[in-house]
Amino acid sequence: MRRIALTVNGVRREAEVEPRLLLVYFLRETLGLTGTNVGCDTSSCGACTVMMDGKSVKSCTVLAVQADGAEITTIEGLASDGQLHPLQESFRKNHGLQCGFCTPGMIMAGLGLIESGAGMEEEEVRLGLEGNLCRCTGYQNIVKAIQEAAGEMRQAAPAAAPQPAAVQGGSE
Amino acid sequence: MTQVAEPEAKRWVGGGILRKEDPELLTGQGRYVDDIALPGMLWLSFVRSPVAHATIANLDTAAAKELPGVLAVFTGQELAEEWAAAMPCAWPIGNRIMPEEPTSDARTPDHWPVAKDRVRFMGEIVAVVVADSREHAADAIEAVEVDYDELPVVTDMLDALEDGSQVIHDSLGSNEAYTWGMSNGDVDRVFAEAPVVVKARYYHPRLIPNAIEPRGVVVQPIPAQGEFTLWSATQIPHILKVLLALTLNINEAKIRVVAPDVGGGFGSKLNVYAEECIALALARRLGQPVKWTEERSEGYLATIHGRDVIQDMEVAATEEGKTLGFRVKLYADFGAYLQLVTPGIPILGAWLYHGVYQGQAYAFEATGVFTNKTPTDAYRGAGRPEATYAVERIMDALARRVGKDPAEVREMNFIPPFTEATEVLCGLSFDSGNYQATLDKAKRLAGYDDVRREQQANDGRRDGKLLGIGLSTYIEMCGLAPSQVLSALKYGAGGWEAATIRCHPTGKVTVITGTSPHGQGHVTTWAQITADALGVDPDDVDVLHGDTAVSALGMDSYGSRSASVGGEALVRAAEKIRAKVRTIAAHELEVAEEDLEWKDGKFQVRGAPDRAKTVPEVALTAWTAHALPAEVEPGLEATAVFDPPNFTFPSGAHICVVEVDPDTGSTRIDKYVAVDDCGTPINPMIIDGQVMGGVAQGIAEALYEEALYDENGTLLTGNMSTYRIPSAAELPGYVLDREVTPSTTNKLGVKGIGEAGTIASPPAVMNAVADALRFVGVDFIDKPASAEKVWRVVQEAKGQAPAERTPEGGGTGAASMTPEEEGGVA
Repeated sequence: MRRIALTVNGVRREAEVEPRLLLVYFLRETLGLTGTNVGCDTSSCGACTVMMDGKSVKSCTVLAVQADGAEITTIEGLASDGQLHPLQESFRKNHGLQCGFCTPGMIMAGLGLIESGAGMEEEEVRLGLEGNLCRCTGYQNIVKAIQEAAGEMRQAAPAAAPQPAAVQGGSE
Repeated sequence: MTQVAEPEAKRWVGGGILRKEDPELLTGQGRYVDDIALPGMLWLSFVRSPVAHATIANLDTAAAKELPGVLAVFTGQELAEEWAAAMPCAWPIGNRIMPEEPTSDARTPDHWPVAKDRVRFMGEIVAVVVADSREHAADAIEAVEVDYDELPVVTDMLDALEDGSQVIHDSLGSNEAYTWGMSNGDVDRVFAEAPVVVKARYYHPRLIPNAIEPRGVVVQPIPAQGEFTLWSATQIPHILKVLLALTLNINEAKIRVVAPDVGGGFGSKLNVYAEECIALALARRLGQPVKWTEERSEGYLATIHGRDVIQDMEVAATEEGKTLGFRVKLYADFGAYLQLVTPGIPILGAWLYHGVYQGQAYAFEATGVFTNKTPTDAYRGAGRPEATYAVERIMDALARRVGKDPAEVREMNFIPPFTEATEVLCGLSFDSGNYQATLDKAKRLAGYDDVRREQQANDGRRDGKLLGIGLSTYIEMCGLAPSQVLSALKYGAGGWEAATIRCHPTGKVTVITGTSPHGQGHVTTWAQITADALGVDPDDVDVLHGDTAVSALGMDSYGSRSASVGGEALVRAAEKIRAKVRTIAAHELEVAEEDLEWKDGKFQVRGAPDRAKTVPEVALTAWTAHALPAEVEPGLEATAVFDPPNFTFPSGAHICVVEVDPDTGSTRIDKYVAVDDCGTPINPMIIDGQVMGGVAQGIAEALYEEALYDENGTLLTGNMSTYRIPSAAELPGYVLDREVTPSTTNKLGVKGIGEAGTIASPPAVMNAVADALRFVGVDFIDKPASAEKVWRVVQEAKGQAPAERTPEGGGTGAASMTPEEEGGVA
């Protein structure tokens, strides 16, 4: 067993974990944060995507011990003061979810994409979501939801807008 | 009741209100089966056969039982006493070989939750581990020692039918499950005399449904009461409850089945699975809660597959392309066992092999076959994508044969527009439709004529790519189903649906539905229907579903049935509520019931609209019961059960424009247009979502997905990295529109939309790819049109000397063959 300490959704958590424990099961079963889902065993579907130190990661490919000292945000940590995060709001407005199972991972992947400063043209968003599978929506509304939320988030916090060097051809 | 006939203003139905389901799903508060943890809960894991066909020579669980955390390990023999019956097949179908009358009984082999002495597909369960944690349960699988005496493996369905093939179920004597046919008209004569007969063999690959939520089951027993609560990732809590009671000999009243939030189904959760039976049996045996969550790779073997059908399709026509007859012979690979509705899947398409076209003769025959593979069963569309693929591709082949544009050949054969139930070639009555209107709209949106012109002007090239355009003017049969029809087809249950409306004294309304949504948004849609019917706000309507303790009556969700059957049940429950409200309101207002009219969401005295009662007001009156008319019971609640008079027949026109790279074989969808007629829309936003998701699944089927087995019966595409599910990066945007011909089977006028996209899109895409490839001399390509396959057929076509090529016909200029023997099973 190894002792780890990390911050999850702004709260410091400490636990003794088996070295083989995956981050996703640490979140789901140790901390009871079941919003992050497990959809496959080959790191293919992305349902388990969370933010780790500002980047989106598939929490089924990270060991809990690797997250020692890290700052994690899960779907439960996005809304604040009863207000949905702009991405959550945008997914709702654009019908970017049906069964909802891939949704937490999609939203976190979208957040990672937006915060990375990536371009938000349709093709760019589609490529950026390559690691996340959805079987219900056909993706169009997910892509639209992320584009719209990016517009809103970058307007609200220009720092998150693409750095000039990172601007890709055709992006906003 | 007079108020039924009064026109109702629709305030909410038809509007795209945002989903009531979303806030919890967007914030991680959704509750799926794997989110459930109970005190003292034990974990199950399954030892599965790594071979496709063998007898179990030896099974030793001793070492596994010694591992830390392992409480028990059970073999099939050790669990045999748990089963009162083998696992259920609710749709047993016997032989019906035309023109003979139905003769034999269904050939349903025993299918036990845990194999007793022989395994018949890779992944079949041979032992069950019970442990104190997920990890301990998983670890112990490795320690169970099983010796298999391997038997010859049958993976090819046509080989399986040969004399001398290894027989998979000895008790049946052969691998044929049934041959079932039906026909209408003088088929032999029509085909013998027709100037043109085009035939082709189309193969619908085996598909793996891949709902993103894996299956899972949790059972909480109350041993002292003999009670069980079972949570399952299922589409069918009600059906599951009945069948578990029968399979395990448990008092049905003591079983509660809950389908909590369910992460997609697509038919794969429309079943009674071994794992559900075993979990319930072990909760009973051990008296403790148990849990199992499917691993994805496990699910690839253990959850049903879809399709896997060979179709020999023929169309008879005049030289002008007027269709005279349709005939199909299909072979369906059922895999090793019959799951819940396996035999019925081909039959769901039996009436649809003439599509939306006219003719004089029709024949359908299906042979179901056992092989050493995972069982097949319902996958989004179930029988209807197969039919649509065969019909829509053969119509393109016919167009080429007679030298006409595929759109023109369709248009000259469409059943004319109709608004009342009308008998069609197969003998069924379609409810309503306007096929020309949907195609006109789709052609406009796709710029069909422009693309055709561009194609012809540039020899099918656009920027070095091959330009193709494909049509699919599909029909499907939904709204399962009139119970009497199901009876005639030997289905083991009815096709009705139930709804209850409970009006609370505070003005809030609870709706209880027997449908069991898993992404389709019934909570929102049903609230819209209720809001209009009772004059309340959708925010004040709670919709409960998926729990047999809450909704006693239900037939669950599959086959695009929920709105046309369950929605109609809701409408009828609302009518009952309104009838009672009218009686009480008349009493309170001291007028005759006839003097009241339902207007603006309340009952008003005719000519004196300020004298009125709303449903919430009357709900309070009914609850206080202080001033009710004689003979009127307190409370305001009503249940209705609706058994539909007919199926519904959604239709539409999809057009796909592709650019195929002849050098790499990759296909890019340039434009995808879908114009669907699902009847009267309730929530356009949700409908569009269903279409887009369905089209995506169909495109995946056309271009990417195929479950492959080797000759040993090993699944080669056994996980998400080897079975290619397209992501956002591969799929296009969609251009959507609607045509509305209200269904005549229900007052809402709805037809269903859940499967349309998946039914319509594979032929649209494949016709487009085939259309593009004809410019480099490729005569035939079947699904999936993967980059590798396209590249291969292009290379093959190049390798042939031009003189050997089949002469090109006129019009759209493809190969002209009579009969057109398009390819084989790729």
